[in-house]
This record gives sequence, structure tokens and C-alpha cells, in this order.
Amino acid sequence: MILETRALTAAYGQFRALFGVDITLAAGETVAIIGANGAGKSTLLRSITGVLRNAPDMVLHRGEPIGALPPEIVMRRGIAMVPEGRKLFPSLSVEENLLIGGQVRRAPGPWSLAAIYDLFPILQAKRLAPGTSLSGGQQQMVAIGRALMSNPEVLLCDEISLGLAPVVIRDIYAALPAIKSTGTAVIVVEQDIARALSVADRVYCMMEGRVTLTAPAQGVTRAEIHQAYFGGAA
Amino acid sequence: MIWLDTLVQGILLGGLYALFAAGLSLVFGIMRLVNLAHGDMIVFAAFAILLITQTLGLHPFLAALIAAPVMFALGWALQRFVLNRVLGKDILPPLLVTFGLSVALQNGLLQGFSADSQRLAAGPLESASVDLGLVTVGWMPLLTFATAIAVIVGLNQIFYRTALGRAFRATSDDPVTASLMGIAPKGVFALATGLAMVVVTIAALYLGMRSNFDPSIGPARLIYAFEAVIIGGLGSLWGTLAGGVIIGVAQTFGAAINPEWQILAGHLAFLVVLLLRPRGLFPRAVD
Repeated sequence: MILETRALTAAYGQFRALFGVDITLAAGETVAIIGANGAGKSTLLRSITGVLRNAPDMVLHRGEPIGALPPEIVMRRGIAMVPEGRKLFPSLSVEENLLIGGQVRRAPGPWSLAAIYDLFPILQAKRLAPGTSLSGGQQQMVAIGRALMSNPEVLLCDEISLGLAPVVIRDIYAALPAIKSTGTAVIVVEQDIARALSVADRVYCMMEGRVTLTAPAQGVTRAEIHQAYFGGAA
Repeated sequence: MIWLDTLVQGILLGGLYALFAAGLSLVFGIMRLVNLAHGDMIVFAAFAILLITQTLGLHPFLAALIAAPVMFALGWALQRFVLNRVLGKDILPPLLVTFGLSVALQNGLLQGFSADSQRLAAGPLESASVDLGLVTVGWMPLLTFATAIAVIVGLNQIFYRTALGRAFRATSDDPVTASLMGIAPKGVFALATGLAMVVVTIAALYLGMRSNFDPSIGPARLIYAFEAVIIGGLGSLWGTLAGGVIIGVAQTFGAAINPEWQILAGHLAFLVVLLLRPRGLFPRAVD
């Protein structure tokens, strides 16, 4: 397993957000994590990236405990994040936003400025504009490109469709097969279930801090998802 | 001609104030840290240069070259081991710590060097002047102003042309997201304070060559630096130079009218700018 959580519990002060979450991610695999607001999806990603610290062996990267490491160390191990809300740096141009993604860790691999501009041609034309002057969809492209610039082993995508028009979401998701084909393992956290299932190999559904369903993305029924998503009978 | 001469002297004096302020502006711009010990650090660096000139018999310029890396290391360590621990949502702890540092520095210097006035001897350069036709200016003020511009150009080059500068700006924007890029914000902060202490050393060099200094004068330099930074707009280095020039010109004109008014005129200019442009002349778009 390239990435694994074991009985992951996470809390914000007194508030417990995760209650023993076990997920696994194999090399080259794409996993979707779905669930309603407050299910703990973002907390899970914050725990993996180290923004939220946990006991060391609650998160394993290639079998090694990373649960207590700070985010800058986790990132240097090859786990890159596309944060919720895109979080581009306002003081940096589009190109600088991309460059900073590969500034500290730059593993050999397919991704470079040229490859990102190939994937999202619109960014080349806007390369000198401030990152935050772009439209939401274009900013999301920069955020994905920024994470790819380090040639990560694992790419974590937090709600990349959030707040975007359906046509824009389609464009963004059209880039995922190209990313998967390079061998990068991907975790997609989504509220848009159909989108998530269309790109994933496996799906986890979360509810109230627990995993309520683990299934192959192809073959899972609406009834199963409904049950896991809301907890009630379908 | 006397008015033109006053104007030119004021602009050149502004260079000195901009040097005082550049380090403060840098630290505030990157980590939103108001360093109340900034003026005392300039005085500390001036004593460090003095010590090197006395023990090694070097010219102050060469002594500053030796002092700069030492000050960089001290600044780095101060940030790494003290200030990083108090940086957070609450702005009060870093204020208290730097205020305490200010008191400790003043008393430490008093203990080590006594209250005697000191000066860095720059030789013939101190009184040399150059005739520019309409006005005659001293080499020292001219050199101070040129150095201020060089420091600001240099800092801007670092900020906008290097990977380190990119990390500075990204961390200033959003430390959490910067850490997701593999950047350790606390390491970046330590480098920034180290860099600010190099600028402080340059400021100390000109402070010591141009005027007397003793352990108690730090807070007054801090006031000028603060005013220059705030007039210019927080976080803008060219704005800081403009702020320094405005204070310098106000002071020389005040002094030309009545020598008692020199200091007061500078502070009044600051208040006027604050009334008209509360965010300063060149506020950064993102704050």
C-alpha cells in the first residue's frame, strides 16, 4: 500500500471529527471519498497531509508512520495536495504559483511547466497574470498544476468541483485520466458522486466520521450509496 | 537656492530613515511581526561594528562586512528559537517579547559599553563634499541615499526574482498552504529575520558614521522607522523610501525655519499623511 490510515481518529479540540477510519490506496489507484458535509472527508485529508497531527502510526506512507509529521515533510515524501477552495497565492503570478509547487520537491517525472500548459492550455496565455485574477475553473487548473509540479506519488484532491459550473467541472475532470495514466495514485474527495465514481477505481463513503461503505466504483448501486450516505433505508 | 539646498539635504536624510525602516518593513511584510526592538538592534549592530573596528583596526565599511553575517546568524537564531514560538493569531505575545528584548538590549549595551557616546570613524569621507552645480552635498549623505536605494532594489530583486523570494511571498500570503508546498514557514521566517538583520547592520553602519550613538537611542530610531513604514504603506519597500524622504524633507525644512522644529516637523508630516491617507501612500493590494 502506498498510503494507508489505521484506526485514524482526529479531533479539533474537544470535537471529535473522525472515529477510527481505515482506508488504503494502492500504487496507481484512484480512490473516491464521498460523503455529505461534515462527514469528515476534509478532516481525513488534513490528517494525511499533516495539517492536522495525529499519532504516528495512524497514517502510513509505504508502511512508514507519517501521522505526526508536519505538512512540509509529508509533502516532500511525495504526497501533494490540491486544497479545498484552491488557495492560490495572491502575491504570485500563475506561473509562480505553478513553480512553487515544485520548488522544494521536484522528483523526476512527466510533469513540468510545459506539460502543465499542455494539459491546461489556457494557463499559458495567462501565465503572467496574478493567480487570483483568474476564473474559478482556471484557478482550479492552477491548483492542480501546482500540486503536479512536484511529480507526486500521491495526489490528493479536495472538492475540486466545489463552486464551479458543470461545464467547467467537466473540463477539470477531463484532465484526470491524463494524470492517472502517469502512474500517480489519486484520492478524490467529492460531493459530486457521479463525477467521483466516473474516475475512481474504488469508492469509500463516509458519514459522521466513519467509513460506511467500501466498494468498487463500477458496480456499486445507488441504493448502497444512499444507505451509506444518509444512514437510512433507501 | 537655500530652499533647493534644504530640499536636497532632506531627501538625502530620508535615505538614512529608509535604511532604518527597511528591515522593519521586511519583517512586518513577511510575518506581520512588529519588532519593537528594531531600533535597539540597529544600535546593537553599531556597537558590534565599533568593537570590530577597535579590535581589528578596520575601517567601518570592512567591519560591517564582518558584522553582517554575524547579525544574520543572530537574527536567524532569534526568530528560530524565540519569536517563532510566540507568532500566532494573537498579536500581543510577539509585541511583549520584542519590547522585553528592547529593554534587555539597552541594558546589556549599557553594561558592556557604558553610557558614553560613540562614533564610527570614517576618516576624510565624513566631511568630503561634491559640488553639483546648484547645490553642494556631502559624500556621506549621498552615499547613504545611494545605499538605501541599492538595499531596496536588492531586496526587491530577492523578493520578485528568486525562489527564496517566491517562498517569502507565498508564506506571507498563506503559511498553511505554503507548508503544503513543502515550504517550512518557520524556516522561511528565520531566513527573513536574518536578512532583516543584514539590513539593520547596513543601517547601523551609516548611523554610526553620521552621528553619535549610545545604548539609549534605539527607541528614537524606531519611531522614525515606524513613521517611514506607515507613511509608505505597510509592506511596500519603495513606499518605505518615500516615507523616509517625506520625514527627512519635513525635518530639514522645519530646521531651516527654526532649529527647534526639526524633530517636531517630521512627526507633524507623519500625522498629516496619516490623516489624509490612513493606509499610507502605497498600501499593498493584499492585506
